[in-house]
Amino acid sequence: MPDLRPLFEPNGVIVAGASTHPGKFGFVSLHNILRCGFEGQVFALAREEGEILGVPVLDSPDKIPHGAAELLFICTPSAVNEQLLRDCAARGVKAAFCAAGGYSEAGPEGTEAEQRLVAVADELGIVLAGPNGQGITSPPAHLCAQITAPYPPAGSIAIASQSGNFVSSFNNYAINAGIGVSRSVSAGNAASTGVIDYLEWFADDPATAVSLIYVEGIEDGRAFYERVKPLALKKPIVVLKGGATEGGQAAAASHTGALASNDAIFSGMARQAGIVRAATVEEAFEAAATFATQPLPKGRNVAVLTTAGGWGVVTADALTSAANLDLAPLPDDLMAALDEKLPPRWSKGNPIDLAGGETRDTIPEVMELVAQHDTIDAVVYLGVGIQSNQASLMKDGKFYPDHGLERIVSYHERQDARFATAAAELSASTGKPILTATELAVAQPNNPGVAATRDSGRLCYPTSNRAVTALDHLAWYASYRQRHGA
Amino acid sequence: MPTLSEADSRVLVADAGVPVSAFVTVTSTEEPIDIDFPVVAKLCGDAIAHKSERGLVRLGISSPDELQAAVTELLAAATPEDGDVSVLVSTMIEGRRELIAGVTIDPQFGTTIMLGFGGILAEAVADVTFRLAPITAVDAGEMIDELASQKLLGEFRGEPAVDRDQLISLMVGLSELAAGRDDIASIDLNPLIIADGKPIAVDALVEISTTKTSAATINTEKGA
Repeated sequence: MPDLRPLFEPNGVIVAGASTHPGKFGFVSLHNILRCGFEGQVFALAREEGEILGVPVLDSPDKIPHGAAELLFICTPSAVNEQLLRDCAARGVKAAFCAAGGYSEAGPEGTEAEQRLVAVADELGIVLAGPNGQGITSPPAHLCAQITAPYPPAGSIAIASQSGNFVSSFNNYAINAGIGVSRSVSAGNAASTGVIDYLEWFADDPATAVSLIYVEGIEDGRAFYERVKPLALKKPIVVLKGGATEGGQAAAASHTGALASNDAIFSGMARQAGIVRAATVEEAFEAAATFATQPLPKGRNVAVLTTAGGWGVVTADALTSAANLDLAPLPDDLMAALDEKLPPRWSKGNPIDLAGGETRDTIPEVMELVAQHDTIDAVVYLGVGIQSNQASLMKDGKFYPDHGLERIVSYHERQDARFATAAAELSASTGKPILTATELAVAQPNNPGVAATRDSGRLCYPTSNRAVTALDHLAWYASYRQRHGA
Repeated sequence: MPTLSEADSRVLVADAGVPVSAFVTVTSTEEPIDIDFPVVAKLCGDAIAHKSERGLVRLGISSPDELQAAVTELLAAATPEDGDVSVLVSTMIEGRRELIAGVTIDPQFGTTIMLGFGGILAEAVADVTFRLAPITAVDAGEMIDELASQKLLGEFRGEPAVDRDQLISLMVGLSELAAGRDDIASIDLNPLIIADGKPIAVDALVEISTTKTSAATINTEKGA
């Protein structure tokens, strides 16, 4: 297995093909590395000496101190890159990301050039990523070596994709959600290093808790399966799959063959290997974000805690339909304990509808009773931010701060922040997932309830359905691990 | 690709642990047939893969006289292209639920095992699930749990729930058969009728590959 550490945690970076033109890869990549605060040494290589963004431009790799940069970021044309690899290897480069195109995506000559590049990299013992890829980010190493923008906060989701644009999509989701990324890489043509190679490295990468991949075609599906299966038991892997490939439909005389679409076999392979397959882009990101931020549920029993009836009913529907979750029955002792805390009109069942009966401490107290009960494996909490939503209308209106509004606004905002924090703290202390969902996550992202959820390191789900879908993936993976002896 | 006759297919899968309905083959009306009625009679031969489409199946035969007539008709319906033929007579299995199980070779993933709901709506409903061979008993259990129509696997209109252990051992047997030979291109058990909760194959079709598959070599590497 290749050591990808020099790719994701290099001591220094060389940008080859550095350019003064702000529209060129050789400028953008250098800009992004410097702009995002990479702490190692950064070198710019070009045909003529000069200065770009304060970095002196060198006209030969020989001028780079030996061992000062382990990573080479290639923006130069394919014709010069084999020699470039040789020259940089002589200066101690251990990994190269080739953003330049003109390789196998560009026809037979490009394919030959790609094969030569791979051969040279192999000969030199250099890890080669790309070519024709957008780059990498490695936020724990403060590294943004890519020709596209989104640079996510540091976290524990590792992303590898056969499509560079999906790296950007996932990174943008990460920025928006405040759930960080450990590594992201666009595999490009994957001439030497493919998604499965990244997965193998992520599996033992201490910065990574979950891998998130996008794949279209897998050339040797059987080899992928054999290699991925041991990895999924170490850390969860979430896959988004695009396209159905040629030849999946076996031209056999059998009914089995007629039913064997490539997609159905891919799904079966994923389930057999313990990989979580998500149906959509946001589902994939949210599943990964949930694996990264919530403990795995130990069973199927979910309690819904809601401040309004309708939300709870829809969530109960979603739980009932979910393959790996159940709406938990509430045992007598828990019912009795809740009776003590809630007015007589509470729902007396799950969903636990507080029926507007909450006092200052009701929500955290009820959440604690529910989360700590042995029969409950997970909680979905609905209604955070609702008080601050009212407060915001008061705060930007003409009556504020008089008429007692300043005081009540402050109270509402404190309460919502407190509820969100309680959800995260109880989840941590009980080891059970507690997911918070509200449309305010998108409608009012700076709502103190939403912001406090984000600040607690958790995802604030835009709908309860999406929270249930993410939790269902966790429950499936947890049960897979149990069945397969992890 | 050549297919085995239904009789040879049945013997092969039965040896692998797949329960099949009791059957005999005859090549003339002269041969004695010792079997419980009612029975099904079908024309059987290496080159005959799609019996129903050609009208080569007689269902619900309830007496020796009817059977005699059916055997005569079926033998007369054989064409020279069918080659050597016989009539396969099997006990008719009663059950409302039908599953389909099988083996197919995927160009990317190699030998795969399938389980799904069968019958005339099988391809339209496509409630099926796949795994790569070889499968373990745990994998087989997960396949059963993955089918969408779970209610059809439980107690159903007076019939007991599908015997899960039997279905698992059938699937594992099918996987071992496919993984143990490198010349099987596909296997169809369609349908597997659920009779008194037990899955019983009432038809089997094995396709033999003339070129060896690459999947079989992989199958031996890691075992189950």
